[in-house]
Amino acid sequence: MYKATITVKLRPSILDPEGKAIEHALQSLEYTRLSGVRVGKEIELTVDAEDAATAEKLVDEACSKLLANPVMEDYTFELQEL
Amino acid sequence: MAGVKFGVVVFPGSNCDHDAYHATKHVLGESAEFLWHKESDLRGVDVVVLPGGFSYGDYLRCGAISRFSSVMKEVVKHAENGGHVIGICNGFQVLTELGLLPGALLRNESLKFVCKDVHLRVENAEGAFTNRYEKNAVLQIPVAHGEGNFYTDSETLKSIEDNGQVAFRYVEKDGTVSAAANPNGSLNNIAGITNQQGNVLGMMPHPERVVEQLLGSSDGLGVFESLVDTIAGSVPALK
Repeated sequence: MYKATITVKLRPSILDPEGKAIEHALQSLEYTRLSGVRVGKEIELTVDAEDAATAEKLVDEACSKLLANPVMEDYTFELQEL
Repeated sequence: MAGVKFGVVVFPGSNCDHDAYHATKHVLGESAEFLWHKESDLRGVDVVVLPGGFSYGDYLRCGAISRFSSVMKEVVKHAENGGHVIGICNGFQVLTELGLLPGALLRNESLKFVCKDVHLRVENAEGAFTNRYEKNAVLQIPVAHGEGNFYTDSETLKSIEDNGQVAFRYVEKDGTVSAAANPNGSLNNIAGITNQQGNVLGMMPHPERVVEQLLGSSDGLGVFESLVDTIAGSVPALK
């Protein structure tokens, strides 16, 4: 069994207005050294797989089919053996 | 002339399904029925309407879950066989998630839910969904969405434009394209597009909400009338 932690983010070429709004709020708190805010989401799930390679294949497939939309999002994930 | 049968898909969270039903059945006078998302038979409808709303609570991404409903497998087959499909608002989002239409609908640039009347220019008046309008006619139709910001990569955008797939564009009242007339940040002020074959339309504004004077305007009725002309006027398929 593995635990997958998946991060889905808007692709770098796409304007992230939520990130921009947060960045402005940070600026108004005078965090002038913080910039480049991008907002994503994290998805956790359990994978019933005999080895890491199988788990990786399953999660990758699920990401490309459902969990992320390749038109606008990129994803990365990490696997942790349970 | 044989009547046209509209099928309005109902997902959990759809909320413009009755508007679409009313527009097609009571105002247009054609036949219409609801198609529950779990059905696997389109019951011989000519046009599938994917209505507005918040199917599956917009969880994950708007339209991302609905596209896997059993009824959608039949909708894809219907579209691939040349049948007509119109997705309005959430229905447009479902169509892009499904890959029946290119691009994606991102969060509005303002981050706000926008609910107001907008002006649309008819860009292609030859299509199955727009032949009742004059080219460059300006319509007033409401929008109501939080994720209507049409996006695609530049190559796809160019092909959509070159193929005449843009059906409607957000404009000023006088028909000029401007940033101020764009309610959500959509590329090229795009409000609605068709697929390359022209039998699938997705649009963020709600034509079904403006189909009779009682509702303030009937500017949206032409979309449904165009479909009736297209389907009832074409050679009937052999039974």
